[in-house]
Amino acid sequence: MLGFRAAILLPLLLLAACGNEQNDPYPANERGQNILYSAFTERPKHLDPARSYAEDESVFTAQIYEPPLQYHYLKRPYVLVAGAAAEVPEPAYFDAAGTPLPADAPQGMIAHSVYEIRIRPGIRYQPHPAFAVDGEGRPVYNDLEPSKLAGIDTLGDFARTGTRELTADDYIYQIKRLAHPRLHSPIFGTMAAHIVGLKELGETLQREIGKLPGGAWLDLDRYPLDGVERVDRHTYRIKLIGKYPQFRYWLAMPFFAPVPREADRFYSQPGMVEKNLTLDWYPVGTGPFMLVENNPNSRMVLARNPNFHGETYPCEGEEGDRAAGLLADCGKPLPLIDKAVFTREKESVPYWNKFLQGYYDASGISSDSFDQAVRFDVGGGVQISEEMQAKGIRLLTRVRASTFYMGFNFLDPVVGGRDSVNEARARKLRQALSIAIDQEEFISIFLNGRGIAAMNPLPPGIFGHAEGEAGINPVVYDWMDGKAERKPIAVAKKLLAEAGWPNGRDARTGEPLVLNLDTTSGGMGDKSTLDWLTRQFAKLDIQLVVRSTDFNRFQEKIRKGAVQIYFFGWNADYPDPENFFFLLAGSEGKVASGGENSSNYVNADYDRLFVEMKDMDNTPQRAEIINRMNRILQEDAPWVFGFHSKSYTLAHAWLHNRKPNDVANNILKYQRIDVAERARLRHEWNVPVVWPLVLIGAALASVAVPAVLAYRRRERGTARNWR
Amino acid sequence: MLAYIARRLLYAIPILIGVNLITFALFFIVNTPDDMARMQLGVKRVTPEAIEKWKAERGYDKPLFVNGKASGAAVLTDTIFFTKSARMFVGDFGRAEDGRDITREIASRMGPSLAIALPTFILGLFVTVSFALLLAFFRATYLDFWGVVLCVAMMSISGLFYIIGGQYLISKLWRLVPISGYSAGLDAWKFLILPVAIGVISGIGSSTRWYRTIFLEEIGKDYVRTARAKGLSEITVLFRHVLRNALIPILTGVVVAIPLLFMGSLLTESFFGIPGLGSYTIDAISAQDFAVVRAMVFIGSVLYILGLILTDISYTVVDPRIRFDR
Repeated sequence: MLGFRAAILLPLLLLAACGNEQNDPYPANERGQNILYSAFTERPKHLDPARSYAEDESVFTAQIYEPPLQYHYLKRPYVLVAGAAAEVPEPAYFDAAGTPLPADAPQGMIAHSVYEIRIRPGIRYQPHPAFAVDGEGRPVYNDLEPSKLAGIDTLGDFARTGTRELTADDYIYQIKRLAHPRLHSPIFGTMAAHIVGLKELGETLQREIGKLPGGAWLDLDRYPLDGVERVDRHTYRIKLIGKYPQFRYWLAMPFFAPVPREADRFYSQPGMVEKNLTLDWYPVGTGPFMLVENNPNSRMVLARNPNFHGETYPCEGEEGDRAAGLLADCGKPLPLIDKAVFTREKESVPYWNKFLQGYYDASGISSDSFDQAVRFDVGGGVQISEEMQAKGIRLLTRVRASTFYMGFNFLDPVVGGRDSVNEARARKLRQALSIAIDQEEFISIFLNGRGIAAMNPLPPGIFGHAEGEAGINPVVYDWMDGKAERKPIAVAKKLLAEAGWPNGRDARTGEPLVLNLDTTSGGMGDKSTLDWLTRQFAKLDIQLVVRSTDFNRFQEKIRKGAVQIYFFGWNADYPDPENFFFLLAGSEGKVASGGENSSNYVNADYDRLFVEMKDMDNTPQRAEIINRMNRILQEDAPWVFGFHSKSYTLAHAWLHNRKPNDVANNILKYQRIDVAERARLRHEWNVPVVWPLVLIGAALASVAVPAVLAYRRRERGTARNWR
Repeated sequence: MLAYIARRLLYAIPILIGVNLITFALFFIVNTPDDMARMQLGVKRVTPEAIEKWKAERGYDKPLFVNGKASGAAVLTDTIFFTKSARMFVGDFGRAEDGRDITREIASRMGPSLAIALPTFILGLFVTVSFALLLAFFRATYLDFWGVVLCVAMMSISGLFYIIGGQYLISKLWRLVPISGYSAGLDAWKFLILPVAIGVISGIGSSTRWYRTIFLEEIGKDYVRTARAKGLSEITVLFRHVLRNALIPILTGVVVAIPLLFMGSLLTESFFGIPGLGSYTIDAISAQDFAVVRAMVFIGSVLYILGLILTDISYTVVDPRIRFDR
C-alpha cells in the first residue's frame, strides 16, 4: 500500500517541485532571453542561395544572406531599397554599337542594359571556419584529409573561425554559381536569357566538370563571365541583353547574394559531403543572422551575426503605421532580437495549442482553428474572437501576391476552339462559365472569407491593379450601388445558347455538353468542393466530369496538353505585373515551349502588348497597356479568374513590429519581443492542473481495493471457489 | 543452431532481392524519374534541360531493368535497378535525392525513435501482461467482464483519438507536459512521458484480450490443477507456471517486433514532433525521395527477418523441447 501511495504522490511532488510551466517545451536556460519562437512545417531542402527557391526555405535564407537590394519593410506598394548595396542601381542603356542611350530610349534601340552595383564597404561575414587563418594568414582548414574530420559532425565542431570583408568578387562568384552544372539552379534558364555570357559559361562549366573527379571543387574564378565585370573592390557591373527592368527585383533575392569562394572551397574538401557539411546545409552570409543549429527534422536556430552592423529600423512607412506603433523603433540598430528558434511542427493541432499557450510568438490560422480565432461581424467584416482578444492576440491580414484560377486548355476543341467559328463559340462558353461559377460563394464557404474574388490576374498591391468600377471584370460583373455585382445566371445561359449549347445541349445534335476537369483533388476533404463546382456547372445544365489524379500524372497531362479544364495558382516571385501576365503569354505556351502558360493561350494583340509592357517602367502608359491587356483577358476568358488569397496571422501582444509582408522574407531583423511581458503571460496561462491526477489515482484505488479484497477472499476460500 | 541461423540468413538474400524489386517496381509505376526530378528541382521555372541534367547526374537516365543498348553483364548491371540496389547489400545506402547522407541521417534519427519505442514496448508489455493475468485471475467475475468490455472499447478507438485526446487533456487542459517537441539528453523525459503513456494505453485493449485468451487456455490445463493441488498461491501459479507456459505464443508476437522498434512510429512521431525514423519515412514518401524510401524498406525487411530468426531462437530458450539441430 505504501508503494501505491508513493506512486501517486511522487509525480505530484515532482510537479510541485518543478514550479509552474511544466509544459514549457524550451530549455530552462532560454527563459528570459530575447528569443523569438516560431515553427516550420516543411523541412527546407536547400539553403544554398543558388538553389533555394521555396518559400519555406526563404524563411531562413533571407535572414542569412544579404542580396544587394531589399524591400522597404513598411511601405506599400512594395518599394526596393538598398540592402548590401549603397543605393538602388539605375540601369544604363546602350545600343548595339555600345553608344550610351538616354533612360527613355525606345526599347527597340536598347541592345544592352548595365547595372553598376556599389557595395557598402565594411560589411563582414559571419564567423565561419572557412575564414579561419593561422598567424601567417594561411587558411587553417584548407586541404583537410578526411581523417582530420574525425570527431567533427557539425560546423560548430571546428575549433577556429574567422571572418573577412565582403567584396564585389563574392557577388560575381555567386552569379557564376548560377551556371554551375552540379547546383541545378532553378533560375539558370531564366538568367541565361538575360545576363550576357551566362549561357556560354554554363556550357563551358558543363564540359569542365566532366574532367574533374566527382565532387571536386570547380574554381569559378578561372572562368570569365562576359556579362559581369569587377570595377573595384566594392563595385561590379552586370550587363543584360536588352532592357529588363524586372532584374532589380531579382537583385533582392538570395540568388544574387554573395558567396565567398573560401566557403565553396572549404565545403568541397573530401569527407565534408559525407558528414552533410555543405553550403546547402550550413549557409555562410553577411546578413543579420547566422544558422547556429540546423536540425531540420526538429529545430533550427538563427542567432545574431556578431559582425552585422549599420542597418537601422525604418522611420517611414505607409499611412497608419505610426498609429499601429510600427514606427516606435525608428532608428534603432537591427536586429532587435538575439535569436530565433524554429521548431518543426508537422501537425496543426500541437502548433495551434502551443501558440495559445504562448510558446510561439505568432501563428497562422488553420481551418480547424478558424472558428476559435475569428468572428465575422454583421457587415461581413473579420474580427478576432473574444477569446483571442482576452489574451491580447492581434489579427494581421493581407491579400497575398498570388492568384488562383480555373484554366481552359486552348488546344481543346470545345473550350479552346481551333478555328474562327469554334473560337467564338468557345469564348462564349468560357464567359458563361465565368459568370456561373460564383467565386464569392466559394470564398465564403471554403475559404472562410480568406480571399477576394479576382477580376483579372493582378492582385492588389501590384502595379496596374485597379479598385472600384474601373477594376471590375465587365464580362462577369456589373457595377451597382457602389459595388461589383455578379451578372445574373440568365446572362450566362444566353451566352451559352449563343455558343451553340442552349440549355446545355448541342443545338445541332441535342447531345448534352460534358466538360472534364482534371484535378489532383479527390480525397474526402475535397468532395464537398468538387460537389459545389459540379453544381455551378449544373446551373447551366453542363455536366462536369471530375478526373482526379495524382500530382505527377496531373503535371504530365498539363505538359502534354491533355486536359480540358484544370485548377492552378501562382505566387509571385516579385511585385511586378509582368510576373502575372507572363502566365498567359503565347511565348510561354506549355505544350509548345514548356513554359508557364498551361492554358496554351495565344492572342497576338495580348502578346504584342505583353512584350511592350514587360520592359516598361511603372508609368501611366504602362498602366494603360495593362488595362488593355486585362480587357483582352476578360473578353477571351482563358481563365475563370478565381481569387487572390488572404493570409491571416495572429500575433501575441508581446510581439512588436510585425507587419504582413508577402514579397520580402527578411523580416526577422525588424521583430521585437517584450520578453518580460511574455514571461508574465506564459506563467499566467500555464499553471499546471494537478487535481485530475489525484482523481485518477483515487479512481484506480477504488478499483484496486475491491480487487485486493476479492483476491484475499479467494486465497482464503475453499477449492470449490476455483474454476 | 548455427547451421539453422546460417540457413535462415541465406534464405534472407532472395527475400531481400524480392522486396527490393517490388519496392522498385511499385515506386517507378507511380513516379517516373522525370517526376522525381521535378519534385527535387521545384515546379517553377524548371527547364527540360535541367531535368535531363538532374537525371544524368544521379543515374536516372538509364533503363529501369534491362539495358538493351549495353552488352554482356552490363545489360543488367547498367540499369537503374542494379546501380541503386547493389550497394545496399553491403550497407551503403548512398545519399538522399537532396544530397544528404542516408546512413548518417538514419543514425541520428534512431535515438529519438528508440527513446519512444523502447519504453512504450517494455512498459506496454508489462502492463498488458499484468492486466491480462489479473483478468485471468478474476475470470468469470464482474471484474473480468468489465475488464473485457473495457478492452473491447479501448481497442475500438482509433490510435489518432488517443493521441489528440491525450494532447488535449494532459497538455492543453491540465498543462502538465509539453504538447509536442523533442530534446536530447536529460530534458527528454518531459517530451517522452506523454507519447509513451499514450502508446501504452492505446495498446492495452487488443494486447490484453489476446494475452488473456492465451492465459485462459493455459489455466485449464492439468499442470495448473496440479500446482494448485500442491498448495501454491494463485499468484505463484499464474506468474511461475501459467506465464512461463504461455510464453511461446506471446513471444511469436513480441520478439519479432523488437528489431522493428528501430523503425519508429509514423503517427506518434508526426504528432509529437519526434525527429525519428518514422517521420523520416513519411517525409521521404511525400518528397518522392526514392533513395530514402528504398533504404527504409530494405532496413525494415532486414529487421523483420532478424526478428523472425530471433523469435525462433527464443522458442528454444523458453521451451527446451524445441531444438533446431535435428
